[in-house]
Amino acid sequence: MPDLLDRYPLTAGTYHELLDDSGAVRPHWRRLFDQLQRSTPTQLVQRQALLTRQIQENGVTYNVYADPKGADRPWELDLLPHVIAADEWEQLSAGIAQRARLLNAVLADLYGPQRLIAEGLLPAELVFGHNNFLWPCQGIAPPDGAFLHLYAVDLARTPDGRWWVTADRTQAPSGAGYALENRTIVSRAFPELYRDLKVQHLAGFFRTLQETLARQAPSSDEAPLVVLLTPGRFNESYFEHLYLARQLGYPLVEGGDLTVRDATVYLKTLSGLRRVHAIMRRLDDDFCDPLELRTDSALGVPGLLEAVRQGRVLVANALGSGVLESPGLLGFLPKINQYLFGEELILPSIATWWCGEAPVLAQALEKLPELLIKPAFPSQSFAPVFGRDLSEKQRQVLAERMQARPYAYVAQELAQLSQAPIWQAEGGQLQPRAIGMRVYAVASRDGYRVLPGGLTRVAADADAEVVSMQRGGASKDTWVLGDRPPSGEQWKAQRNIGVHDLVRRDPYLPSRVVENLFWFGRYCERCDDSARLLRIMLARYVDGDDPQALKAAVDLGERLNLLPEEGELPERLLAALLGDDWPFSLRSNLQRLQWAASQVRGKLSRENWQALVELQREAMELETEEPDFGELLDFLNRLVMSLAALSGFALDDMTRDEGWRFLMIGRRIERLQFLSGSLAAFLRGAGAFDQAGLEWLLELGNSSITYRSRYLAVAQLIPVLDLLLLDEQNPHAVLFQLKLVTRTLKRLNDDFGAPRETGLPQLVDRLARFDLGCLENPLFGEASVRAAIEGLADLLQEIADASGQVSDRLALRHFAHVDDVSQRTVSV
Amino acid sequence: MSAHYQIFHDTHYHYDSPVSLAQQLAHLWPRACVWQRCTDQQLQISPDPTSRRDELDVFGNPLTRLAFERPHDELLVNASLTVEVVGRPLLDFNQSPAWEETCNALTYSSQPLSPELLEACRYRFESPYVHLKRNFVEFSESCFPPGRPLLLGVQALMEKIFSEFTFDAEATQVATPLVEVLESRRGVCQDFAHLMLACVRSRGLAARYISGYLLTQPPPGQPRLIGADASHAWVSVFCPVLGWVDFDPTNNVQPALEHITLAWGRDFSDVSPLRGVILGGGSHDPEVQVTVMPLE
Repeated sequence: MPDLLDRYPLTAGTYHELLDDSGAVRPHWRRLFDQLQRSTPTQLVQRQALLTRQIQENGVTYNVYADPKGADRPWELDLLPHVIAADEWEQLSAGIAQRARLLNAVLADLYGPQRLIAEGLLPAELVFGHNNFLWPCQGIAPPDGAFLHLYAVDLARTPDGRWWVTADRTQAPSGAGYALENRTIVSRAFPELYRDLKVQHLAGFFRTLQETLARQAPSSDEAPLVVLLTPGRFNESYFEHLYLARQLGYPLVEGGDLTVRDATVYLKTLSGLRRVHAIMRRLDDDFCDPLELRTDSALGVPGLLEAVRQGRVLVANALGSGVLESPGLLGFLPKINQYLFGEELILPSIATWWCGEAPVLAQALEKLPELLIKPAFPSQSFAPVFGRDLSEKQRQVLAERMQARPYAYVAQELAQLSQAPIWQAEGGQLQPRAIGMRVYAVASRDGYRVLPGGLTRVAADADAEVVSMQRGGASKDTWVLGDRPPSGEQWKAQRNIGVHDLVRRDPYLPSRVVENLFWFGRYCERCDDSARLLRIMLARYVDGDDPQALKAAVDLGERLNLLPEEGELPERLLAALLGDDWPFSLRSNLQRLQWAASQVRGKLSRENWQALVELQREAMELETEEPDFGELLDFLNRLVMSLAALSGFALDDMTRDEGWRFLMIGRRIERLQFLSGSLAAFLRGAGAFDQAGLEWLLELGNSSITYRSRYLAVAQLIPVLDLLLLDEQNPHAVLFQLKLVTRTLKRLNDDFGAPRETGLPQLVDRLARFDLGCLENPLFGEASVRAAIEGLADLLQEIADASGQVSDRLALRHFAHVDDVSQRTVSV
Repeated sequence: MSAHYQIFHDTHYHYDSPVSLAQQLAHLWPRACVWQRCTDQQLQISPDPTSRRDELDVFGNPLTRLAFERPHDELLVNASLTVEVVGRPLLDFNQSPAWEETCNALTYSSQPLSPELLEACRYRFESPYVHLKRNFVEFSESCFPPGRPLLLGVQALMEKIFSEFTFDAEATQVATPLVEVLESRRGVCQDFAHLMLACVRSRGLAARYISGYLLTQPPPGQPRLIGADASHAWVSVFCPVLGWVDFDPTNNVQPALEHITLAWGRDFSDVSPLRGVILGGGSHDPEVQVTVMPLE
């Protein structure tokens, strides 16, 4: 292996994490560096590939709001961890715990006696001017006096080697889940090294979080129900919410899944309301309660604040804790810590000037070109700006703006970030990149406990001096080296689970999730059905040897509303397949499938999700301008196979809980509707007496092989109908599905105490009594056969209509409350 | 000098579709102040709320929390009050310090704050309906020449709003942004109060929003009509020497015997008479009737 540091530029005046001033590798990086040096480039490429694959497979993503596609972006993770020595960490960790304690005490004061303001230690401007200082929360004392359950601090290391605080995250700190996921992935890329270096484990931190929430949750004797409240799948770190919810074992809920009755929070589930004792929130302060906080919030839970006030639910972090995220506070903290605790702050903050005092403003304006100007409050429409990036004229404008409302601006010295090595596959080289570190602390019974590790964020380019995931940076795992091997305790096995604790079904499934599973089932089946019919048409069109069969199939497509009526056949086929403006196109249905799936992503296995993403990607990539029908046919073949795999996942992978039952009911109802509807339409068309038509009908019903093995003959009406209509062993026969739907619904209605369906059993009887004998030609003559077929078509149409109505009733009974919209009222 | 009033404030919601769950916050009971006493108060509510809690909000206003957990098609909240208002002392606005001086007294200086100043500091900043912009500084420029006593400046501002703006109940809604009000020069008492707050606070001064009622005079020769009145709003500005002083920009008067105070806060959102969140309900414009009757 060539020297890894051949092209590693040592910027003067910068702290290098890897190298000391003489260019020698620092002792705590030595092991990692040696291992890299010993590895061949191929080995490293393989490790990097392993990492990338795991990120893809685990579906680790990060949404970028500014991304025009609004799409999930794969999480960027560097192969090399950031390494920190044990003694250095001890110091850092003490500083972080001290700071968390201080900030918690500041919150207790601001929402209590407000002594800090009265004593002149904290400007009233930074509190009362902050939109996340929540007035109605004043006077609320949370359990144990804990406002900050989870705290994060952003750190940067300056050229002198010291760590400085650049920002505090007190509201709903993000990233701890990503840190955990990074660890899982990177520790697998270097398993021996990870063990030999005695890297400290992260699990204890999350266990403490669980313990703290469980302990503080107001629950008398039952095990407390803790939920994780997310703003939803469009949030930038939705993946993390999902991931944390799974890791912590908390149901992931949205505001609409919760309701407040008599100052008590409940989760809406199919089997009724379940008391919620604690909410770990990833929703911003002011959005949490449209009744008392931001009244335009559609994301919150009306009445939540009163439930908190009454001590009926724990919210972590406490509502209103976001007020401490103002950068204006940084400069006041040392004195406040002296005042409250009589201690020096161990961790310094980066030099920060709040412009609310006239002399400070004057100074900041003078040094404007050297400073970073930030808004003091998140409500301001002002993005942080580097003075040096502005022209003289722009600086003038900024100065006027600051003079008009000085207390709303904060000036900060630029942090010269330290650099850590990243590995670049091209060239097999190490390259330095600016880094910043986010570290977490969690409240425990005895003070704050710091996560031994964190999220190291890496600048996007070699010359970038800002680290931001939003701006396209990457991340690193953070390895804190230990003096002794981490204790082997496993986080998951924290308590002994006895027979009494066994859980056989998830009792906390939000109704919304169940509804989406129902639609997920329906769209799976719908895509499968239309893919089969389109495949029949496309194959006949491409072959071009049987125009009559093609016509009959197109006829059926029209009757089922799968094909647009206007235009030449190729265009119509294309529209039915890929049309963006044809609402029943296969691609549109795939998108709906994807939407329903994304709503229930937490319930789908990794493989299941991956299969869906793949389907969607393929469908989007298909060429619509100059289509190659052979290629499209090939796509349909793969699609039908993938959908079969999805259905296999559902049967094989998912636990049989209520969500699963609704998913399967959705599939069955959809199939019944399609089978009976298409058979009815087929019988009314020209294909019924055409052998080629019957052949593709068998194909549509996925029963060609069975037919051939039974009859060893060409397709004929009576045996085909027997197989597709009355055969109780054939899952593609109408009677089979009709009976199955009837049975499933009966069980469901019994379980939920709902009235039984009466229409379906009658239809089962009528269909079962249908005598194929009446279609035997010689006996009654052509006309009577026609009449019998018409009668059968009518019955089938009735079945199709009935299955639609069943679906509506089901939705009304079980999901009606899901769609109820909260609205605000105000009167003067 | 004193005046006695009987006040009726009736709110009636008729919902298009049943409301299955509702939570309402009512600011319909007058707060106690030195110039005002409430001798009788009643709140009639239909349907019966599942729960009702009476308390003081963080501003010290009486607040009634109502929850309705059974389906209902309409909601009636009828408040009836008997209030005595006494005269307030006449103030010499020349005694108030220069407005810049007041602003400095309220600005952070690392010195301890008196309880009065700390209380005033709560009302200097943006609130949901009152955004601070340079437009408002410019609009009020002529009222606050350098060195002018604070309250004379505020009085000039009240006169300016009164003379330049037209009362127009059709022009705005609760959510009409203030810049639009400033643009169109039209609005109702709530808009004028918010505008005045924005002008005062944009200069770094402290001011509250006051919600209440105003005695109106029927046209000459006609009887007083029940329900012809409306709830009213004005502002109160903090003076380090004279305390909080009320101004009514809609009528260009200093509230005295004809203004009945209900509640105060940073703006309308803190003290709206009745607001809530309902589940279901369809469209739901409320009918509101207010009557202010002088008692002999």
